[in-house]
Amino acid sequence: MKVATMPQVEMEKVEPLLEQYESRRTNLIPILQEVQDTYRYLPQEVLRKISQKLRVPMTEVYQVATFYRCFSLVPRGRHVIQVCLGTACHVRGAPRVLDRILRDLKMAGPGTTDDLQFTVETVRCIGCCGLAPVARVDNSHTHPHLTQAKVGGMLKKYEAKTEPAAPAQSDEASHAKA
Amino acid sequence: MLKLKSPHEIKELQLCLEASETSRPCISVCAGSGCKASGADNVLAALHKEIEKRGLKGTIDIKSTGCHGFCEKGPVMIVWPEKVFYNGVSLSDAKDIVNSVTNGHKPVEKLLYKDPNTGKRVLHENDVPFYAGQKRILFGNNGKLDPKDIRDYIKVGGYAALGKVLTDLKPEEVVAEVKAAGLRGRGGAGFPTGMKWEALRKSPVKPRYIVCNADEGDPGAFMDRSLLEGNPHSVIEGIIIGGYALEAQEAYVYVRAEYPLAVEHLSHAIAQAESAGLLGDNILGSGLSFRVHVVQGAGAFVCGEETALLASIEGKVGEPHPRPPYPVQKGLWGKPTVINNVKTWASVPVIINRGSEWYSSIGTEYSKGTMVFSLVGKINNTGLVEVPMGITLREMIYDIGGGIPNGKKLKAIQIGGPSGGCIPASMIDLPIDYEALTTAGSMMGSGGMVVMDEDTCMVDVARYFMEFLEEESCGKCFPCREGTQHLKEILTRISQGKGTEADLELLEDAGWMIKETSLCGLGQTAPNPVLSTLRYFKDEYLAHIREKRCPAKVCRELIVYEIEATVCDGCHACVKVCASDAILGEKEKPHEIESGKCIKCGACIEVCRPKAVLVH
Repeated sequence: MKVATMPQVEMEKVEPLLEQYESRRTNLIPILQEVQDTYRYLPQEVLRKISQKLRVPMTEVYQVATFYRCFSLVPRGRHVIQVCLGTACHVRGAPRVLDRILRDLKMAGPGTTDDLQFTVETVRCIGCCGLAPVARVDNSHTHPHLTQAKVGGMLKKYEAKTEPAAPAQSDEASHAKA
Repeated sequence: MLKLKSPHEIKELQLCLEASETSRPCISVCAGSGCKASGADNVLAALHKEIEKRGLKGTIDIKSTGCHGFCEKGPVMIVWPEKVFYNGVSLSDAKDIVNSVTNGHKPVEKLLYKDPNTGKRVLHENDVPFYAGQKRILFGNNGKLDPKDIRDYIKVGGYAALGKVLTDLKPEEVVAEVKAAGLRGRGGAGFPTGMKWEALRKSPVKPRYIVCNADEGDPGAFMDRSLLEGNPHSVIEGIIIGGYALEAQEAYVYVRAEYPLAVEHLSHAIAQAESAGLLGDNILGSGLSFRVHVVQGAGAFVCGEETALLASIEGKVGEPHPRPPYPVQKGLWGKPTVINNVKTWASVPVIINRGSEWYSSIGTEYSKGTMVFSLVGKINNTGLVEVPMGITLREMIYDIGGGIPNGKKLKAIQIGGPSGGCIPASMIDLPIDYEALTTAGSMMGSGGMVVMDEDTCMVDVARYFMEFLEEESCGKCFPCREGTQHLKEILTRISQGKGTEADLELLEDAGWMIKETSLCGLGQTAPNPVLSTLRYFKDEYLAHIREKRCPAKVCRELIVYEIEATVCDGCHACVKVCASDAILGEKEKPHEIESGKCIKCGACIEVCRPKAVLVH
């Protein structure tokens, strides 16, 4: 875990977000989902607030946050690439496409790149089996019929287009925007 | 839209909508997730632009509809009223399509479906072999309606079943009708829906809850997604009828967060139904109050299991608990709860409208009605297919599916997701119904059907499913948590050529142990992919163990890549794509693979036009 590079959490966003929900246990998962969307991960300080508001112990908040696949306790990249490993994608060569993406991004396995530009995750079926193998970027752009040769072009679309400034600075800037 | 105050007003509105129907041509473009990924949004934009540019606005309608089913050929569209079917449309075709509509509907030849067997172009959707063998009682309206417009649904007879129920039938009569229809749960297990509903009605405890299970986690399955995206009102109508029959006041639809478009269309449809007086207080003046909530899943396969799903709605981790008590006795917040799959709910209005007798005339003795499959994998016509129960696998694969691509041989059909099994090509004449599939070592499941050809390794497939299930096991009970891991380790060993014959016995023993001792459906069915491949494809396992050979040439540790020097034209394409710089050779001279460097990623095969790359 790269605790040292954890970005500053903008706590002022938390109150208005929490205010939309009644203080009921049932709302724990929807709140976590919205926090995940807002911060791209679940910051510890925010989890503590949620625990207080819903009167659910921190241990249980963590239990839920670590059980479900869509939550992350560390920041995700600006672009999230979900490589589908559903059965249809598997038999049409998805594992090789995944390997290629990881190799091109110089990653040992699914996770987030050091510059926080990409998060690569695997997902078991996004229901586009007719177009296998597929990958979906940022929950909206589905890339159909992927081959290893197409991977480079796909990644290029989402590469950082920022000026060659100091990486730490550009990170902060984009967080301020997010 | 105005609030409807009585069942009669639905009928009036329907007649009114029918009467206002013009002869204006309408281009219905499929905008389901599949066609969207193939560029349907661009096609829609181009059509709008073209019509605007030529001042034809108001004379040609454009409709963005849900999934038509034929994902392989997307984007697809139908031009009404001629019902001309176009496939593989791109944005540059917009001009031709609009031209054809204005020039007396002369079809755009190149966009018509071409029958691969006869080479002939086919004009209408119904004549395309993919559609001709289907019976689409749940999906038939997808191509006709805009999922975001409730009036489209009412126009084709939507909410008439709700009106009928509220005026003519008592709650117990609705349950009796569903029971008489022989409807069985479409989520996989096939429990008779009417019996489940009856069991709930026996409980004196109130409130009661209704849940729609749309956590379609099986990889290779997207029927529920397409129904929610394309015709969400049909599901909502079924749920409201359920609310009336079961005297419940609240329903929860649990949808996977991986399906953003389904969530959007469903939420939109609920809001529309509320403003039309079809949900909320005093529905259609009947005194019935009923609400539907949407809950998004958070990415856990086990939440498709009903008790885990209920825990997840309550905001807890999705761990199952032992049954009994069944949810109909003690479900959501400890109250009696009926859980049914998306397709089960959507079948309810059909049964009410057309009668249980009609419905039960479709299908086999114990499996009634139609079943929706996602036909995917190594098959020519991938897509969504709705067929009467009892149809044979041969009809599915060859008539509807158009056979196996590239002249390859069919090897197996995997049905029922990770809980199902692989059925060998030799059993191609097996009828598809709940019992026949279970006897064959597979199961109906929710309807994923993955076709595998000779290039698919069955050991690799079994390993794939075990890897999936090991990851998705919630970890609560020991046999599932540890068992799936061990099965995966043994299968990995075999796929690396390090297995022994004793491993096969171990797989079988451990498999049965996991089946018999696991807590929930996930574990109880987890070994199915292993046991069924062992049963039908033992030779393939033995080839990996005895000969250290993968007959399908998939398992990386057992294969070698080579370039056939006499075939290679030295085009350099493989050199450029090679991830590990393992290919040597000058341009226009035969290339060579340095086996020490080759990581067997297969990128060279993808790009080699003369097919000079060989795998041994």
